[in-house]
Parts: sequence; C-alpha cells; structure tokens
Amino acid sequence: MKLPDAEKLCEQLAAELRPRIDAKSAMIGLYTGGAWLAERLHKLLDMKSPLGLMDIAFYRDDYHAQGLHHDPKRTRIPFDVNGRDLLLVDDVLYTGRTVRAAMNELFDYGRPGSISLVVLADRGGRELPICAQHCGARVEVPAGMRLRLTRADDGRLALALEPSRAA
Amino acid sequence: MQRNPQLNAKGELQHLLSIEGLPREVLVQILDTAESFAGVTEREVKKVPILRGKSVFNLFFEPSTRTRTTFEIAAKRLSADVINLNIAVSSQSKGESLLDTVANLSAMQADIFVVRHGSSGAPYLIARHVKPHEHVVNAGDGRHAHPTQGLLDLFTIRHYKQDFTRLTVAVVGDVLHSRVARSLIHGLTTLGAPEVRVIGPQTLLPSGVESLGVRVFHDMRAGLKDCDVVVMLRLQSERMGGALLPSAQEYFKNYGLTAEKLRLARPDAIVMHPGPMNRGVEIDSTVADGPHSVILPQVTFGIAVRMAVMSIVAGN
Repeated sequence: MKLPDAEKLCEQLAAELRPRIDAKSAMIGLYTGGAWLAERLHKLLDMKSPLGLMDIAFYRDDYHAQGLHHDPKRTRIPFDVNGRDLLLVDDVLYTGRTVRAAMNELFDYGRPGSISLVVLADRGGRELPICAQHCGARVEVPAGMRLRLTRADDGRLALALEPSRAA
Repeated sequence: MQRNPQLNAKGELQHLLSIEGLPREVLVQILDTAESFAGVTEREVKKVPILRGKSVFNLFFEPSTRTRTTFEIAAKRLSADVINLNIAVSSQSKGESLLDTVANLSAMQADIFVVRHGSSGAPYLIARHVKPHEHVVNAGDGRHAHPTQGLLDLFTIRHYKQDFTRLTVAVVGDVLHSRVARSLIHGLTTLGAPEVRVIGPQTLLPSGVESLGVRVFHDMRAGLKDCDVVVMLRLQSERMGGALLPSAQEYFKNYGLTAEKLRLARPDAIVMHPGPMNRGVEIDSTVADGPHSVILPQVTFGIAVRMAVMSIVAGN
C-alpha cells in the first residue's frame, strides 16, 4: 500500500496555512510526531512567536487502564496563550482522544482566542466530535495497523505503517 | 527467587519502599517523569487531572512537616483527595494494631498509603497486606530508608550537574542514623556516580559502610577536596550528650560546613541538606544561605518527584 509523501504534504500544509498567519497566531506541536511536523511548519512559515511543544501524558483518558506512559516529555509553551489563535499540530488524527486531552491541557495555560487543528494525515475512526481544519491527506489504514510519522537522521519526514501495539 | 516487593509481575513500580533494589530504568523513569511535573508546578494552574477520584492517605506515625506537606501538595496537584492522619495521637494510642488501622482505611477506599513510621520495615508490612489496587509509598521508616528524599536529592543533582557518571559526591555527618543517606547512596551507585564519599566521626558511620561502595573519610577537609556535590546531614539533637559525641561546638569545629571548608570542594559545587537544618551545628548560615546552596530548590523539586512517584505507582 502506497502512503502519501510526507515531505510534499508539509509543503502543501504550509502553503494552505500561510495566509492565516498573523501577529496573534502561535503554534503548538504534540509529541512526538506532531512536534516534528510543527517544527517543520513553524520554520517554513517563519512564525514570529516561539514554538510550543506539548506532551499530553497527564491528561490522557486511558491512564486507569494503561498507567503512565514511560517517557513523558516536559510541556513547554513559551508564550501567553490568552487570546492567541492557536494552531494545534499533530501527525495523525484518529480517535480524537489525543486532541481532547491536548485541549484540556491548553486551558490550564489560559483561554486561547481560538484553536485550529492541523494534521498531516486523517485516518478516520473518530470516537469524539473532533475534526481537523487543515489536513494534508486522508489515508485508509487496515485494521490492526498504526499510522505514524517517522523522522530520519537527516530530518526527512515520512509516514509509516506498523502493527498497532494494542492489537 | 523471591520477587522484589516493590515491583509487579511486569517489573513495574507498584509500591515505593526503598531505592535499594530498584533497577536503573525505574529510577530514570521516576526522574524523567518528575522533570515533566516540574513544568506543571511552574504554571499558573498547577494541577493535572491524572489522579482524579483517587484517595491518598497520609499515614504519619512520626511527626513531620516538610515531607507530609509536600506529599499533600503533590497529591492535590494530581487532583487526588488527600486525607491526613496523625496516627501518633489517634488509633495507636488507643491500642489499635498497624494492620488494623490500614484495614480500616482500606475499607474507606484508599488508593495510595503514604507511610512514615519509626520502625524500619513498617511500610513493607503494609505493602504485603494491601489489596492489589492499593499502593504504598514509604515516607521514611526508622533508620532504614526515605526513598522520596533520596529521589529528590538525585533529581536536584541531575538538575544542576546533568550527568552522574563524572561526579564526586560527599555525604557528611550522621550517616549511622540517617535513612536519607542510605537511600541516596544506593541511588547514586545505581545511576553510576563514580565516587561517593562519606565523611564523619567513626561513631556516626555504620560499621562496614564501605560495603555500600563508598570511600570513608574522618577528616572533613580531605573528604571535601574536589567534590561536585556536598550533602550535609542533620545531626539529631537526641544524639548529643551521649556517648557518641562530645558537644555541638566540638562537632561544628570538625564536621560543620563553613565557607572556608567549602572552598576545598570544586568552585561550582552545590550544597544540599534534607532539612530541618541545625544552623551552627552541621552547617554555617553563610553556607546555608550562600550561592552554592540549593537547599530550598530541593524542597520545590520534592513536590514534582512525589507527583511522579504517586502517578507511576497508581497507574501500575
């Protein structure tokens, strides 16, 4: 099965976002794949506000079943979120649960003016009423498989399929 | 082979009883998780929802202010409900046994017991008898262990010095009666600190302390030479006046940390103390309040470390 070229999707997303960027815009990437994508978009768009990076481990809804993830990263949002138009960036949109957790965490930092969701790929399968405002591509993923972003040593981004951990 | 009572069948941390015997990966997991929580404690809303609906019982059979308070703050920042029990003045004085006390609290739907007890091993006894979903965190048992203090010391050292594998660390004072020293020494050797020294009079060092992998010094000046980290221990006043020590003045002269003695350590050395401090006994005020001191940051880091421990055990 052929997956879309992540590098091309990045360019395409940057072009789509460029007219939206103004002084009130700020970007936040979700670890790990979303952080890579956000780093790339933030650079392509030459954004003035610093990039925020977020780990939603403490807001996940599966803690009671799964426990704490082993290697949580420190969330760093180096700007005031109050009144900002936030671009929340993740690599793959699936159930919507990560985005729900991310929004809960964001509101513990303040009251954003707005939040838009930017994803490289949407694989469907939503379990919550969440949709992306900016989506690189829709990708059909076979059952039991996981779609994720990878980053090579030279920084190149690529989409990859692997067996799902839960399956 | 008997399983480590702190770990579940998958090797994950179920109770925190002692740093001794914990694998390196578990120590690193706790320190890394604490690093993430340190970010939370710097926000305006210093709370995350992870332990919402869980109950943390602070069981303190011995008095403590700092440890009990930081556990309480940590549990509240994880959104748990916290119940403080000062057992010294309640059930025990009416003759209830330790396990009966715990069984009663368990019937009140506890999830985590934070236990401080004067008898070494009391948290182990409780951990053996709790239900599978209940977790025990040792907040200091007798002379045995004080793992969250040891972990916050390790977190502080890593925060200021990054890498353990090049450090010389001195632990100074009453090692014999210190559960803090024992926990820290085990942690430092597990994380690869190449040189851990203990400095103190013969009477306050446990016999065979070398077997923990430390170098022993009775001369403080020799022991402090080129240290990166100096950990001062509290001299408990009840040790004074007995056979162990002549007087506080005499002790300060030989083993008190002064600015002059600290100059023997490396220029960027940090000074730590688990508190409460006896100024003028084990540490001079100019050092305690000086530029090398990280004693107050230790207290702040203690909150993040206790958040990490409780959120890890309650999820396993």
